[in-house]
Amino acid sequence: MIVNVDVNGRLRSFDVLPGAFLLDVLREAGYTSVRRGCDSTSCGICTVLVDGKPVPSCSYLAIRAEGKKVTTVEGIPDEAARLARHFGEEGADQCGYCNPSLALAVYALKQINPGASDDEIRVWLVGNLCRCSGYQSQLVAIKRYLEERP
Amino acid sequence: MNVVNKPLASLDGKALMMGRPAYTDDFALPQSLVVKVLRSPHPFAKIVSIDCIEARALPGVATVLTHQDFKRIAFTRAGQGYPEPSPHDKFVLDAYVRYVGDEVAIVAAVDLQTAEAAVAAIRVQYELLPPVLDMETAVDNPSVLHPEPEACEMFPIGFEPKRNIAAGYKMNVGDVEAVLKTCEVVVKQTYHTTAQAHVAMETHAANAHFDHQNRLVIHATTQTPVHVRRIISQALEYPIANIRVIKPRVGGGFGGKQAIAAEIIVAAVAIKTGMPCRYVFTRKEVFEASYSRHPMKIEMTLGAMKDGTLKAIDCQVLSDTGAYGEHALTVFMVTGSKVLPLYNKVEAVRFAGTVVYTNHTPAGAFRGYGAIQGNFALESAIDELCVELQCDPLAFRRKNMMREGETSPIFAIMGEGTEGTAMTMDTCKLPFCVDRGAELCDWAHNHPRRIIAKNRVRAVGMAIAMQGSGIPLIDMAAATVKLNDDGFYNLLIGATDIGQKSDTILAQIAAEALGTTLDKIVVTSSDTDVTPFDTGAYASSTTYVSGNAVLKAATKMKETLIAEAAIVLGTTRDQVAFDGTTFVAETGRLSLKDLSNRLFYNHDQKQLSVTESFCGHKSPPPFMAGFATVEVDLETGEVELIDYASVVDCGTTINPKLAQGQVEGGIVQGIGMTLFEDPIYGKDGKTVNNDLLSYKIPTRLEIKKLTTEFAISYEESGPFGAKSVAEIGIDTPPAALANAIYSAVGVRIRTLPITPEKIWRGMQLRAGKQEESK
Repeated sequence: MIVNVDVNGRLRSFDVLPGAFLLDVLREAGYTSVRRGCDSTSCGICTVLVDGKPVPSCSYLAIRAEGKKVTTVEGIPDEAARLARHFGEEGADQCGYCNPSLALAVYALKQINPGASDDEIRVWLVGNLCRCSGYQSQLVAIKRYLEERP
Repeated sequence: MNVVNKPLASLDGKALMMGRPAYTDDFALPQSLVVKVLRSPHPFAKIVSIDCIEARALPGVATVLTHQDFKRIAFTRAGQGYPEPSPHDKFVLDAYVRYVGDEVAIVAAVDLQTAEAAVAAIRVQYELLPPVLDMETAVDNPSVLHPEPEACEMFPIGFEPKRNIAAGYKMNVGDVEAVLKTCEVVVKQTYHTTAQAHVAMETHAANAHFDHQNRLVIHATTQTPVHVRRIISQALEYPIANIRVIKPRVGGGFGGKQAIAAEIIVAAVAIKTGMPCRYVFTRKEVFEASYSRHPMKIEMTLGAMKDGTLKAIDCQVLSDTGAYGEHALTVFMVTGSKVLPLYNKVEAVRFAGTVVYTNHTPAGAFRGYGAIQGNFALESAIDELCVELQCDPLAFRRKNMMREGETSPIFAIMGEGTEGTAMTMDTCKLPFCVDRGAELCDWAHNHPRRIIAKNRVRAVGMAIAMQGSGIPLIDMAAATVKLNDDGFYNLLIGATDIGQKSDTILAQIAAEALGTTLDKIVVTSSDTDVTPFDTGAYASSTTYVSGNAVLKAATKMKETLIAEAAIVLGTTRDQVAFDGTTFVAETGRLSLKDLSNRLFYNHDQKQLSVTESFCGHKSPPPFMAGFATVEVDLETGEVELIDYASVVDCGTTINPKLAQGQVEGGIVQGIGMTLFEDPIYGKDGKTVNNDLLSYKIPTRLEIKKLTTEFAISYEESGPFGAKSVAEIGIDTPPAALANAIYSAVGVRIRTLPITPEKIWRGMQLRAGKQEESK
């Protein structure tokens, strides 16, 4: 079946099986920034924004995205670069596998709560696992990014 | 120094954040066959028959491979140097399956749905064999995992397959029994550690295709590209010169990607079908069918005098390597060799043990590599001894621990499955680490405990640790520095960046030596066709071993450039000064840019390129002291980690922020192993918690505060004074947290993980005993 989705501001039509998940559809369409980390909606690696809200694309049926706006990190290159600068300054980036999904989740937080406290950031990102950084350097970098005015 | 010891941003961080194609599966060819593996549902069974007729007949199925399609060649997937210190006990596919998750058949099809349908259509008849599911009953069990005649050791490692023993070893210095008899206080306790899972965020993956020269090109999530090439060639009897292994960005390794996993499977499919293929492990496959940490039972006996002099250490180990013996011997030996020298003034020390086969998921390399297990036992036991001696744990350690300029006889005795290498500690800032850590956690105020509120106490606990910097006389790394026109450089390294940002710190070393800036160094790692040899990212080798190779190559390139400039300037080398951009002599000036362009286009044309190698004669240990501040709820046993303070001696930090990241990442992984991660095997041999819903790694909520500092230290034998720093961070949390929790509530937990339930039960038991004694 055909599903029509606005991906990063561009209207795309995908021919999908009814049970296809958004993650696989996006990856097959060349959005390689969207990656898989688990099979149980537990790690946050596959996060994309659907109408501005972070969702785990590994368990989001592609057909649910019909008529919606999907944002991958390729759709927010300037924001990703800004966050990357703070990650670089804090040495918070390490393997980088979780970073595009983290950029999307943090960008979404910035839209609704740019003054988020440490604990609010921790709670917002509790589903975004990272095994490399130990989290603290990322927290510092994320705070700096949230405080930054464009 | 202008580049080294500076907190520069990583070379690849921005592009990775922006989602550029970078990781293994991003490079699979679009028309690749999808590979799936049928895995054993039984812990131990003989395959009586496999019926693949239906599976092979499905439209879109390219191949179904079973053990009948492979020549029976025993090999090890361990991903170590050659000859390996791990037994050759694995076959690509075998007529026997030895754990739940072991490979039964390999399927390749046009898409995932077809591949999964084909896996489901394979009919297998198993003859179930009695499994060995408890390491305590493995030795001389009537059920033998590896009776096959092909299984062998490459050199003596204590391999006794008919007894289910993958490896064994013993050593002693002095007479432990005799010295223990002279001790006024003896503490003997047994500690248990778990089969922790690595949980790198990128699951294991590989893809393969044949290129325009009909060579087999493999992209893989590996820490050891040259070992992958060698092992595939050996196991599949495929010419090594026809194999190219490319390691793109890797989404975390932690040792879990040292051994090969998906690589040999895609190689086999590509060779059998001639078609490109890709295989990505599911998270469940990573849990069930890659590798875990070796769970261990460690009996630790310490003998001391009442004045606080430690006189004897006896360490007896039982280690569970699971169904195959990857890293069986070497992980177990590190439990002694990178732990026991911490207390080098003892009169006698003994270390012995056995690594057994069980029908569990194989254990393998994992950050800490035996040292974390041994450290938990030793550093817990030291605190238990301090309780008996009524001695302050800091004072006891200050009196008995390793110091700069000292050595331990263990270094010469114990190596990587062979004899070790004698060395003196040219840098060991442990005294500073202990003193500074005590300040950071306010030991004087918080030790042993403080009442914070009704039913809530705060306490601190600590541990010291050491690790290594590569495997001396075995691990070799090479680096090539190549000049380009306009005066920038390629740095080609076999060193494998798996997310620890080694590309960046090795470029910093090259830039410092060449007097240039990071933007003039273009790094390529790792591609077995392009980059020079490097054993890979393991044993904390990259900063020290690969870093020294880069330093040698860059230094020689600088000398070569000066020699060329001297010719142009009509003078001798010793008359030329070079600041990285301009050559200055009395006879004139010449920019690097002009020299480069002249060498490529105008006069005396040539390519300047330097390759240098390094193999260490020693493995200078990084040291650290870790201090856990916890609060424990007296009603529930719940532990809140308030702060984890680390003071680390890793020599010069090539990049202080990235070194901090290595330490803190290790600390949190160690905290996970201590407090949260609880791998459970069912009575049927299955991993019960094989997804991230039920296997809990630390989230952002649990990590409130980490305090990380580095001692001022300069290791003469390291690049710009550096030692390695990849593993040291993980070693202290188990003992430091156990010690802190004991200080808080008087409950000593000797079996990881330390859960609120265990603490609560311990508190109940203690309250009961106090009641009785009244």
